[in-house]
Amino acid sequence: MSIEIENVNKQFGTFKALSNVSLAIPSGELVALLGPSGCGKTTLLRIVAGLEYADSGRILFNGEDTTQSHVRERRVGFVFQHYALFRHMTVFDNVAFGLTVRPKATRPSKQDIREKVMKLLQLVQLENMATRYPAQLSGGQRQRIALARALAVEPQVLLLDEPFGALDAQVRAELRRWLRRLHDEIHVTSVFVTHDQEEALEVADRIVVMNKGKIEQVGTPDQVYENPATSFVLNFLGSVNMFHGRMSQGKAQLSGLQVHSNGYAGADDTPAVAYVRSHDIEIDRSQIDNSSIKAEIKNILKLGPTVRISLLIEGNSEFVEAELTRDKFQQLDLKHGEHVYVHPRQVRVFVDDFQI
Amino acid sequence: MKLFKRHNNVLPGFGITLGFTIFYLSVIVLIPLSALVFRTMGLTWGEFISTVTAPRVMASYKVTFGAALIAALINAVFGVLVAWVLVRYKFPGRKIVDALVDLPFALPTAVAGITLATIYSSNGWVGRYLEPLGIKIAFTPLGITLAMTFIGLPFVVRTVQPVIEEIEVELEEAAVCLGANRWQTLTRVIFPMLFPSILTGFALSFARGVGEYGSIIFIAGNMPMVSEITPLLIITKLEQFDYRGATAIACVMLLISFLMLLVVNLLQKWSRRYAD
Amino acid sequence: MSAHVSTITTSVKSKDRAQNEPAVVRWLLIAVALIFLALFLALPLAAVFSQAFEKGLSVYLDALREADTMSSIKLTLITAAFCVPLNLFFGVTAAWAIAKFTFPGKNLLITLIDLPFSVSPVISGLIYVLIFGLQGWIGPWLQDHDIKIVFAVPGIILATIFVTFPFVARELIPLMEAQGREEEEAALVLGATGLQTFLRVTLPNVKWGIIYGVILCNARAMGEFGAVSVVSGHIRGMTNTVPLHVEILYNEYNYTAAFAVASLLAFLALITLVVKTIAEWKVRQQLENH
Repeated sequence: MSIEIENVNKQFGTFKALSNVSLAIPSGELVALLGPSGCGKTTLLRIVAGLEYADSGRILFNGEDTTQSHVRERRVGFVFQHYALFRHMTVFDNVAFGLTVRPKATRPSKQDIREKVMKLLQLVQLENMATRYPAQLSGGQRQRIALARALAVEPQVLLLDEPFGALDAQVRAELRRWLRRLHDEIHVTSVFVTHDQEEALEVADRIVVMNKGKIEQVGTPDQVYENPATSFVLNFLGSVNMFHGRMSQGKAQLSGLQVHSNGYAGADDTPAVAYVRSHDIEIDRSQIDNSSIKAEIKNILKLGPTVRISLLIEGNSEFVEAELTRDKFQQLDLKHGEHVYVHPRQVRVFVDDFQI
Repeated sequence: MKLFKRHNNVLPGFGITLGFTIFYLSVIVLIPLSALVFRTMGLTWGEFISTVTAPRVMASYKVTFGAALIAALINAVFGVLVAWVLVRYKFPGRKIVDALVDLPFALPTAVAGITLATIYSSNGWVGRYLEPLGIKIAFTPLGITLAMTFIGLPFVVRTVQPVIEEIEVELEEAAVCLGANRWQTLTRVIFPMLFPSILTGFALSFARGVGEYGSIIFIAGNMPMVSEITPLLIITKLEQFDYRGATAIACVMLLISFLMLLVVNLLQKWSRRYAD
Repeated sequence: MSAHVSTITTSVKSKDRAQNEPAVVRWLLIAVALIFLALFLALPLAAVFSQAFEKGLSVYLDALREADTMSSIKLTLITAAFCVPLNLFFGVTAAWAIAKFTFPGKNLLITLIDLPFSVSPVISGLIYVLIFGLQGWIGPWLQDHDIKIVFAVPGIILATIFVTFPFVARELIPLMEAQGREEEEAALVLGATGLQTFLRVTLPNVKWGIIYGVILCNARAMGEFGAVSVVSGHIRGMTNTVPLHVEILYNEYNYTAAFAVASLLAFLALITLVVKTIAEWKVRQQLENH
């Protein structure tokens, strides 16, 4: 089922949580709402669920206005950040809850409920945990039970609030892949909230990047990573180097490097900022062309498969961070204090937050 | 209702539950208490002052507040000790002792009153050993203090106990690592953390003592000017159909209760000033 | 869950570090505390039962079987039967509104709910005399219509409701606040109605908190003396509750009978302490599982 969010506003006291947010989520997609804490992503998710009411704007499910309908009638599956499992119920009763609270007329028989719950427990690979209580489960298991419970009511939409936020790094990575596979199997329209860019890039079909109550960009993982619409998106996805400078005659003059940018020929003598991702910085022993800058290696940090190198640009007090693969690092045999040339492979220049 | 719902959350029943809460609170507590204030306003200022400052009334304040103050002090000392011992030390029967601390909450005051009077009378279990020493407890102001200590003890223990429980091991360890000895750790790290709760417990114990009636009247002797507490004086006036007198004195007591309540609330706010 | 493992380890730690004081100091402190408690708490408790059985079991039982005693027991039970359910209902309602919602004036409301605890029991009785007594606000009207409230059973019930008013609410409010709203929200998303959510999710989570509040409310309702004394009128066999009957017997120098009846209340107090301890333990457990 598709979800349309139209001009939604939400204010908490003096804090504007969402300002005029519009978004269309096509049926069957797995969408990530990505942004720093306080950007409004959880509020938006709760408004879609009906757990919070928007001050203005509409929510449409399959083109039908649900803004006024109660959370109970929306048939959404919601997985809470801390799971919100019912502590006093067994795993089985937790998953069965949504079915057992239905009015008599539409409630499945005990046998049907039993079958359905067991099937869901199989789906989340916890069929032997049915008689346990939530307190007896690990974090990852609880997470999966919360998911099974949400799926039991056959929701039209599945909403997950920081689904992996409270888990250890390893369990997290495992569950991410599992959620992706599960979605490929059941294909229910799903939206999840996260502040972890890696998680969004790995799991989602489409990423919605949010900041300060507004949507910065919507796109596939490739789109938002390769073509960030705003400097915020670029900054938020991956580690970047920032160069301040000025535009003049269609060229950006940035601490020693020049960038040709035709799209902004009109702008003359305006401040500009250029961004280069750490792994887009190449290090060479000799100058390749006039975009290479001389720099001194100040620090080398080996982080497993990658090596992070801090360099001080010559004649300038600015630092540049470069990320190399271990192989490349060993090949170059770089040493602390050495003078080398850095060469930005891909530079993105923003003037007033518009990319050129 | 709709307005509240939109601004709050989706859980149902806010309007009706809050409505009933305020209604029941008003009928049972607020309206009856305001009756006391309104009835007192029927008196002229001069009448009011002369009633609440009559010598016998003044003497009763002295007995009541004096005894309550001493009882609260005793409780502040022993209550902290009991709380400390219960949280920090292991000894056989600790759980039972812990449960027994609440006895004064659970034991009806009349039962406490007749029992204390019996134990501390001149031929009672304890009284008979104190009598030869020239110490008389039953039927003297000392007896009043004793009864107030009994009923006020749990307040200090139960306010201080959770605070001791919550003191992190790391704090003491940090103090030791920085070279503090045990005494310095106690006085400079632990005691300052406990102090607000000790004060709160002291104030609660004091307030309870001031208002107490049932456990005291049996042991007090109830001699006017000597061992007559203010609550008893209110009842005496009432029994003599001196409603105005009773109301005026009760109003003073109520005012003091409110002040104590305010103090306790401020203390609690103060004690949370370092909270995250 | 991970949190409950960690709480267990901290509490074990907190007991281990008792080694910080020298053993002599430790045992000295324990001894002082225990002597103090023995003198102030255990001794009176023992005295009640010792005095009650001083003249043997048959005298004890006769004292209890006496008609006035029986009628005082009946009145006390009736009082509790009105007062506990009413305050229970109020406590749950108030806790729902206060703990699950935010609204201006919340702290003031909590303070007002606690108010009866800081009012002297004597005043708690007096205020009802001032309203319903002959010289009271609606006393004359009541007399014209032949309705008796003070110096009769309704007055006793009212005064008792007043003094036991906060028990359930003040126990439930912090408990429900600590448990948050997420589970209720989860129930609603899964399609439960408001009532289903309350009965199947909220109530089981605060069950022990309710038991705790009810047992304390009941103990106070059955044992209240000062407030009831003011509104009762002290008519033997009519408006005497058990604590008032104890007073009468004691003032008549009928000590054995007084302590026999008092021992019933002391026994009730012991049961209260046991249930309270269990409930406290369960509530802690529930919060730790959270």
